[in-house]
Amino acid sequence: MAAAALREQLNALLASMFASGLVDEQFQQLQMLQDDGSTPGFVAEVVTLFCDDADRIISELAALLEQPVVDFDKVDAYVHQLKGSSASIGAQKVKFTCMQFRQLCQDKNRDGCIMALAVVRNEFYDLRNKFQTMLQLEQQIQAQQ
Amino acid sequence: MAVATETPFHVLAVDDSLPDRKLIERLLKTSSFQVTTVDSGSKALEFLGIHGEDSSPPVSVHEDQLEVAVNLIITDYCMPGMTGYDLLKKIKQESTSLRDIPVVIMSSENIPSRINRCLEEGADEFFLKPVRLSDMSKLKPHILKSRCKEHYQQEQHQQSDSSSNECSNTTNSSSSSENSNSRKRKAEDNEEVLPQTNRSRHS
Repeated sequence: MAAAALREQLNALLASMFASGLVDEQFQQLQMLQDDGSTPGFVAEVVTLFCDDADRIISELAALLEQPVVDFDKVDAYVHQLKGSSASIGAQKVKFTCMQFRQLCQDKNRDGCIMALAVVRNEFYDLRNKFQTMLQLEQQIQAQQ
Repeated sequence: MAVATETPFHVLAVDDSLPDRKLIERLLKTSSFQVTTVDSGSKALEFLGIHGEDSSPPVSVHEDQLEVAVNLIITDYCMPGMTGYDLLKKIKQESTSLRDIPVVIMSSENIPSRINRCLEEGADEFFLKPVRLSDMSKLKPHILKSRCKEHYQQEQHQQSDSSSNECSNTTNSSSSSENSNSRKRKAEDNEEVLPQTNRSRHS
């Protein structure tokens, strides 16, 4: 596929990610830092690190919430971590869900937390898919040049 | 456009989150800082050459080794083990000029009492995460301010030092010899004044 068409696809994807609130202007900061020229793989690197981190945290949360007695302090600590890293890369939806999740932790609401985890997981998977598509398109465009 | 005529300032960044470390590193490098990142407060102390219980005076004589001065420390607040606040306190307790290195705290939580506590303990600045490129421009003024202060203190010490008994037999006044007067080294004009006591061990 021609580079121009790929570019169009990529731009459309990014536009929809911003429009749907999946990412916010912090993600633009990342793009800006990459467009600075000296680090072409920066966004890919940070996004990948975030995804690995988030994946790990979500697994830990699932394990903690399965316990007969839930350690809400630990759960809260992990959600706080996820909230932090999602904010840093501009993953807005995930961040907002984490904020609600933390409130549920503080209320020691087990069912609420389990539901929040399910929401966070879905939102994260959706975001990860879009990131993967984005990176693939970028690679294809690069290959054309 | 300014021409860089001197060595870039060196920032030590401390954050337990890997994505955050990557981000702060990139933000700093884009802003022309030299960067070292560590993932914990204890590693930061190690890098600075601050030892566990006792804060011993700078007695290292590693002149042949590559010495890395740290001009600013930027640290996350919430870290397991040693928080950014704990790290700040340890640095400020130092009897060496390490305590004069400006410290910036970052936090994702906007808690006024936390911010005040850090500022009272000697933090120079507090950044709310996520940190952005525009925040980087706030760093250099703190570095310059602390170095002006250090330069002034060095000169003051020099003047009162001429009659001091502490002066060991310095063989050559122009060599950067590490003795008890290391903090009172004469500053050269137009040269990057890297405070000797800010050197970290190179290992």
